[in-house]
Amino acid sequence: MANAEMFDLRGLMGRHAQMSGVWVALAAMIIFGLLRYDNFGSAYNLGSFLNYNSMFIIISLGMCFVIMTGGIDLSVGYVAAFTSIVAAYLSPWGIVPALIGGVAAGVAFGAVNAILIVPMRLPPFIATLSTMLAAKGGSLVISGNQTVAVDWDSNFTKLGMDKAFGPIPWTIVLVAIAAVILWVVLERTPLGRTVLAVGGSEEASGLMGLKVTRAKVFVYLLSGGCAGLAGVFLASGFGAGQPLEGTGWELTAIASVVVGGTLLTGGLGSIPATVGGALLLGLVFNLLNFENGRGTISLSAYWQMVIRGGVLFAVILLQARMSKSAERAK
Amino acid sequence: MNNPARKERLSLVSISRHGGLAALAVLLIFNILITPNFLHAQTLAVNVSQVATIALVAVGMTLVIATGGIDLSVGAVMALSGAMAPIIFTSDLAQSYPVLGLGAAFVLPLIAALCCGIFNGALVAILGVQPIIATLIFFISGRGVAQVLTNGNLQTFSNPSFSFIGTARLFGIPVQGWLVIVIAAAIWYVVRYCASGRYLLAVGGNERAARMSGVPVTRVKIMAYATCSVLAGISGLIVVAINSASDAARIGNLMELDAIAAAVVGGAVLSGGRAPIWGAILGAVVIQLVKYTLLANGVADEVALIAKAGIIVAAVYAQQMRKG
Repeated sequence: MANAEMFDLRGLMGRHAQMSGVWVALAAMIIFGLLRYDNFGSAYNLGSFLNYNSMFIIISLGMCFVIMTGGIDLSVGYVAAFTSIVAAYLSPWGIVPALIGGVAAGVAFGAVNAILIVPMRLPPFIATLSTMLAAKGGSLVISGNQTVAVDWDSNFTKLGMDKAFGPIPWTIVLVAIAAVILWVVLERTPLGRTVLAVGGSEEASGLMGLKVTRAKVFVYLLSGGCAGLAGVFLASGFGAGQPLEGTGWELTAIASVVVGGTLLTGGLGSIPATVGGALLLGLVFNLLNFENGRGTISLSAYWQMVIRGGVLFAVILLQARMSKSAERAK
Repeated sequence: MNNPARKERLSLVSISRHGGLAALAVLLIFNILITPNFLHAQTLAVNVSQVATIALVAVGMTLVIATGGIDLSVGAVMALSGAMAPIIFTSDLAQSYPVLGLGAAFVLPLIAALCCGIFNGALVAILGVQPIIATLIFFISGRGVAQVLTNGNLQTFSNPSFSFIGTARLFGIPVQGWLVIVIAAAIWYVVRYCASGRYLLAVGGNERAARMSGVPVTRVKIMAYATCSVLAGISGLIVVAINSASDAARIGNLMELDAIAAAVVGGAVLSGGRAPIWGAILGAVVIQLVKYTLLANGVADEVALIAKAGIIVAAVYAQQMRKG
């Protein structure tokens, strides 16, 4: 009995305490926004907020899986830029070819990462750094250094610009479906358990006979595919393939995962909390823009960068305290 | 143990150990044969002037990597120190006391860079934050601070004594080339012959063992990040001096990638424990020469990025094979 309680407590510290923190912060910011700004709760703001952040939520989800294995994927931002161009080129044929083509291009980059990391045993940091450079170079080459306009007559732009119902855009519907599938994969399948086990200890997982290689290949393919989808959203929502976009997206995704309570050493992670982390970071900027638009405090894009760093610092301090106290509790 | 496999590995060892040198040799031969005007004093000067900033930052990065860390904030720190210098020497006070103003324009940005480094190091060493996350803070916000300071404007200036570190030459070689050699030699000496150098390698080799044998792990780590940031700061000043202009949005952009790549090509191992200072310089030279070779032969910038990616992969793959 006492043992069971201890186990529960530790589980709470490790998994849910940090993660509930995200939801508390998120709720507090939403209430603050609703009270302070009239238009914050408007359908327009909600719709554009969700639409814009769907890109960051989806790459954060892929990143979360990679980080749970103890790896990292620095290539997602420029891969998204690359796939936005692929999707733009495919847009005259309609929504399905553009969507599939974009995601497939992302998966292809993920496959390169997987080859470099699994059989060639390069450190994930270096391998994905290289694919990041290659994706950046590749997108400049295939786009001729220009934005590539999508075909406005095809139904491709509907994906990024239309609403599924009420203020809810199609992009966020797709992201929600993806999140539910990934949540099921993580929590209910052997593959998901292997991903977590590999992050805990790769050697021990191998000795236990878990399919380590398959799990590691899976996370990089998944992360590439998620980046591909983000690129499709980018092209569809902004009406063009954007070779110069994607800078710093990987860090936004890493920050979302970390804010969601996942440790970079792997072995721990939660899909809902990662979504929460991405929403929280997005909301900071949504609120800052209101502050800006109102003219009370004029916050430039530069100040927003400073504040973004400050938010990350605050979260890191909080997590450092929590992991220390969790250690003491042991 | 026995046998042919070992023999094969030995030959791989020799290739990988001299991989950087081999790449350099190939690049030099290719350029001498193909690139017009390669063996020209001006070409040398251009390359030295461009490689100096990468080399300085790569040396600092090597120290951080030797502790098993990584520093993503170097580019942002360059932007910060580069943005501060013109603000200082164009201020009213500096105009009335030029010597004092010039001194301050060198010293204050480097103090700011030092503070960034100590902050990074403290987060890593005292709070136990993972290096990539700790240095992510300044990666995101450092450039923002620089742009807040300058309102995002391009600052142009004419200040010959400041521009000395970017444009002057000594025996035909740009002065920043000499600066790199002096700094690298000093750091190499410390790593090789001083106790703090031993400590640095011990921390990267096995932190627990180092701590148990009385190595001041916290202090060593903070010093590594602080040195790295100060070198990035110097590099930022050089970039501004070369251009006689300071654009906070562009100084040191993607420098962290170049520096990490140079350090790794030069033989640094990301898990720590090695600090090949001259290797970092070699790596920087190789990366610079690849860029130059492609540009001088009319290959577009974006293809150069892909080539750089290939070089990083090849260099690290060679290292992995050496480990066996």
